[in-house]
Amino acid sequence: MPPKIVPKIVFDNVTRRFDLKDNAFIALDRLSLDIADGEFVTVVGPSGCGKSTALNIAAGLLKPSEGTVLVDGKAVEGPGPERGMIFQQYALFPWLTVRQNVEFGLRIKGEGAARRRQIAERFIDLVGLGDFADALPKTLSGGMKQRCAIARAYAVDPSILLMDEPFGALDALTRVQLQDQLLDTWSRERRTVMFITHDVDEAVYLANRVIVMAARPGRLKEIIEVGLPYPRTEEIRLSAAFMSIRNRVWQAVYHQ
Amino acid sequence: MSGSKTTGSSGGPPEGSGVDYSGLALNLCGLVAGIAIWWVLTAGGAVGLPPPPQVASRFADLIANGQLATDIMSSLARVLTGFLLGVILAIPVGFVMGWYKVARSLIEPYLQFFRMIPPLAIIPLAIVTMGIDETPKIFVIFLASFLASVVATYQGVISVDKTMINAARVLGAGDLTIFLRVIIPASTPFILVGVRIGLGSAWATLVAAELIAAQTGLGFRMQQAQLYYDLPTIFVSLITIGILGLAMDRILLVIERRLTVWQERV
Repeated sequence: MPPKIVPKIVFDNVTRRFDLKDNAFIALDRLSLDIADGEFVTVVGPSGCGKSTALNIAAGLLKPSEGTVLVDGKAVEGPGPERGMIFQQYALFPWLTVRQNVEFGLRIKGEGAARRRQIAERFIDLVGLGDFADALPKTLSGGMKQRCAIARAYAVDPSILLMDEPFGALDALTRVQLQDQLLDTWSRERRTVMFITHDVDEAVYLANRVIVMAARPGRLKEIIEVGLPYPRTEEIRLSAAFMSIRNRVWQAVYHQ
Repeated sequence: MSGSKTTGSSGGPPEGSGVDYSGLALNLCGLVAGIAIWWVLTAGGAVGLPPPPQVASRFADLIANGQLATDIMSSLARVLTGFLLGVILAIPVGFVMGWYKVARSLIEPYLQFFRMIPPLAIIPLAIVTMGIDETPKIFVIFLASFLASVVATYQGVISVDKTMINAARVLGAGDLTIFLRVIIPASTPFILVGVRIGLGSAWATLVAAELIAAQTGLGFRMQQAQLYYDLPTIFVSLITIGILGLAMDRILLVIERRLTVWQERV
């Protein structure tokens, strides 16, 4: 259990409405949630449960209609480099090499060339793309693209990683590999992670806590403590304890 | 992870840059066959057109007396001036239209309206208001290439992937950085297509403009030749126009490939 002093991220009664032509609908209804520093939280739920909306509000890409999101006790006003984000569609800059992609945020920060290179090198190695530092994204597989995006997010040294179904477009094998690699990276470079998925196994395997959400209107349904030790291994993935938590999450997601 | 090493970073040339010899050979065959058919058809004088040798010798004459060079230079000067002015204005206007909704709504009706008027239809107005020197011709060419490029540029800007912009934003980029480092490179392929279309319409407009009012140029030469029933000279001009247009298009294509090697091609 992570220590609960001041939560890293606080969703305080966050509501988001979208006004369409004919009807306004509530994407997210009064979400309140605390995420502790260094915690790995996964958010799982059916389409339309507002999980991506919540993430985008935390990222500062979307404004809440009501309520606030606090990061380190301060209200989120817009995007900031202390909150890195990883997208399902990778969102790499295709005209830049892996290295230049990873250096993108460092350049904005105004880091010098030598320092940029050094930091980029470190994170490219950390995600295992050392041999591809000068390759263009079009030559990379989906899994490699996502690892590059993870390195790019890490490079600006965010204290929070917001991940929007990052492995959703990958095949099942690659997905398992990337889950292990992400946990490995996270154990060495500890950050607060909020990870959106609709894969129940993935949600349980990665998280300290699984946040289950429900749709129409998008709202918090249940918070399930995983309580399995890290590092998570294949042994854990196949254990009875894992199965029973997985089943609980499954019930919560599919029997709403 | 490991098996995909062959796909990248080996420094190999990008696809499409390998020379396709069998294709080239076929191109050449088609060319020779075409000239042969032309020769056969015109040999007996049945079609009333000049045979290839006559056109070739007229080519030689016009090169020898320097007339062809003069015509090419004045035509190229017009087309390049008008085209460059058009593109140089089109790109910023296209960016402004793509970036600011207000600008788009203000400008777009005019753009769509003028796009419907063939640039050649502007020639009478241009001659009346600008005289018969170089200005009206360059203006019409400018208009043609501007209209073609501006639409492509702003389409490029509005089709930039929003996720990519968000990715830059969460990495700390402000509007200016996003514009310079995301919007411009991401819309480059669209802009280059627009520039090529612009060059095509500039070239098409040039000849017509010269047909109406000029003292030199490839179009002017054709019109003169028409008065004297000088078919070989008309052929020389037509072939020159085609070759120059093709050459310029190829040059732009090479530049386009260079600037967009990063694009995934099917």
